[in-house]
Amino acid sequence: MAVSVARLPAQQAETGRWSPETVWGTIFVIPYVVVFLALVVWPVAYGVWLGADLSNYRRLFADPIYLGTVWNTVLFLGLGINIKLLLALLLSGFFAQTKPWIRWLSVIFILPWAVPSIPTIFSFRWMLNSEWGMFNGLLWSLFGIEGPWWLIKPHYAMGSVIFVHIWKYLPFWTLILLAGRMAIPTDLYEAARIDGATRMQQFRFVTWPQLKNLYVTSLLLSTIWSLGDFNSVYLLTGGGPADKTHVLATLGIRYAFNLQELGTGVATVMTALPILVPLVILLVRRLGGRVER
Amino acid sequence: MSAAQAPARAMPAPASAVRSSGSYTFRRVFAETGNIILAVVILVWTLLPLYHMLMLSVTPLDETFAGRFWPVTPTLENYRTVFAQDHFFLQNFWQQLGNSILVAVATMVMVLVVASLASFAIGRLKLRFGHIISNTALLTYLIPAAFVAVPFYVVMAQYHLLNTLWALVFAMSTFAIPYAIWVLRQYSENVPFELDEAAKVDGATPWQIFYLVYIPLLRPALIAIGTYSLLLAWNEYLYAFLLLSTEKQHTIPVAMGYFLVTDDSPWGLLMATAIIYSLPPAALYYSVRKYMVSGLTAGATKT
Repeated sequence: MAVSVARLPAQQAETGRWSPETVWGTIFVIPYVVVFLALVVWPVAYGVWLGADLSNYRRLFADPIYLGTVWNTVLFLGLGINIKLLLALLLSGFFAQTKPWIRWLSVIFILPWAVPSIPTIFSFRWMLNSEWGMFNGLLWSLFGIEGPWWLIKPHYAMGSVIFVHIWKYLPFWTLILLAGRMAIPTDLYEAARIDGATRMQQFRFVTWPQLKNLYVTSLLLSTIWSLGDFNSVYLLTGGGPADKTHVLATLGIRYAFNLQELGTGVATVMTALPILVPLVILLVRRLGGRVER
Repeated sequence: MSAAQAPARAMPAPASAVRSSGSYTFRRVFAETGNIILAVVILVWTLLPLYHMLMLSVTPLDETFAGRFWPVTPTLENYRTVFAQDHFFLQNFWQQLGNSILVAVATMVMVLVVASLASFAIGRLKLRFGHIISNTALLTYLIPAAFVAVPFYVVMAQYHLLNTLWALVFAMSTFAIPYAIWVLRQYSENVPFELDEAAKVDGATPWQIFYLVYIPLLRPALIAIGTYSLLLAWNEYLYAFLLLSTEKQHTIPVAMGYFLVTDDSPWGLLMATAIIYSLPPAALYYSVRKYMVSGLTAGATKT
């Protein structure tokens, strides 16, 4: 390279901006750029175009199922995410103990995350069967209680969906918050203990301030991912009974593919943009700054 | 582990323990009891649905509706039926398993190639518009996949890829590549730039630096994202269901979904299929768990 620079000064000056790094770098990003343009930009642009027809929204807002779906989505996010992350925060404290048997327990605890979601959702589906399922069987034989109609009554069905979602994703978030706890310097705890801080005070004055940022990021990320959680709803209840347990992600698919209304399907998920866009902006700031630091 | 031996552990006792060993022991017993109760709850919570799956898979089909906790006559007949493709829902089991493997491996290869090249160009070759590419990747990562399913389906029809496994490979790669780039960028920040400089002084071209320096040093991160994309593709239901329409093209998750079109579906067979389908990814996950945890948390916990 040094030789070529010496031999061809004029040419080098002419194409000064195209150093070998730039040439190779450009070649190296071409596959990504092709994928991005063909499989992200074009579908998203096409989706925006499909969703731009305002008559879709009139159709959507006139459909009583849509309002129920919005409420379900709020419930799913509000309860699902907060219960999940609070449990994860508590459990990460439990798993932060250094005892070997707790380490082993954590290996088992990750199972719901390591096993594909579809089989476990199906397993829940039969467990929650009100006549033959294991849940109501247990309730009956242990406590003599007639279990509720889990997947038949809309409220219970929505509760079941939230439960299954939490079951699946709790290990992942516990792991993330556990990693956050492990990153806290131990001398902070030592200092707190010397000052006579109780466990609660240690959590309040050491753990929480160190973990707060990560918790908020997790909250934001989890909101976005849960908004797109199609499987927990579709494979457990199929949006039923009587389309009463849809969330936006499943309702969009229902319009587009069951009712053959592509535009309404796109419009359905477009109505999530007022929540989604601020979340994405916040997250790009939080996560993006770190990479470009 | 038990409370009695806890104070005797070879560990310097905290000051408080020396002062009042009685209340210290009491607190240890209390804490240990709490630990054990919590452990039992965690075990039941985690294992019950998985046990249920296993239990149903060894339950004869005519006993499914008995609602027992363990079948009277456990049998491996369901597994035999699956392997022999001996049921209407399982006519193409081996073909569908092959499709699942093909899609997962192809996605992994595509993600590894595209993401490692792009991350090298952005992070190491300091491409001028690198930060724009980084941000587009991050933005893509934050779009819920289920939200673009409809337009993606239409676009795949335009590309004439509907009902081909390529459509699913492309879909899964699209969603895995941004995350892969992000993890690789995070990880490569810890690889000293001097190594690149040294190789450059020795006359290495950027391609040689990529191949001989960057890739070997990023091995742990590559294992993590390779596994991530493999599992993502293996587990996908929605896109597979939409993009693949004939039985011969289906992957296992789609095939399992079709079990539920009837009310009296053969649950034993479904759960046997489910277990066969779940074992490879779970085994893979546990064998590379070390990398997965550090890979997943590399980005999340760094401040």
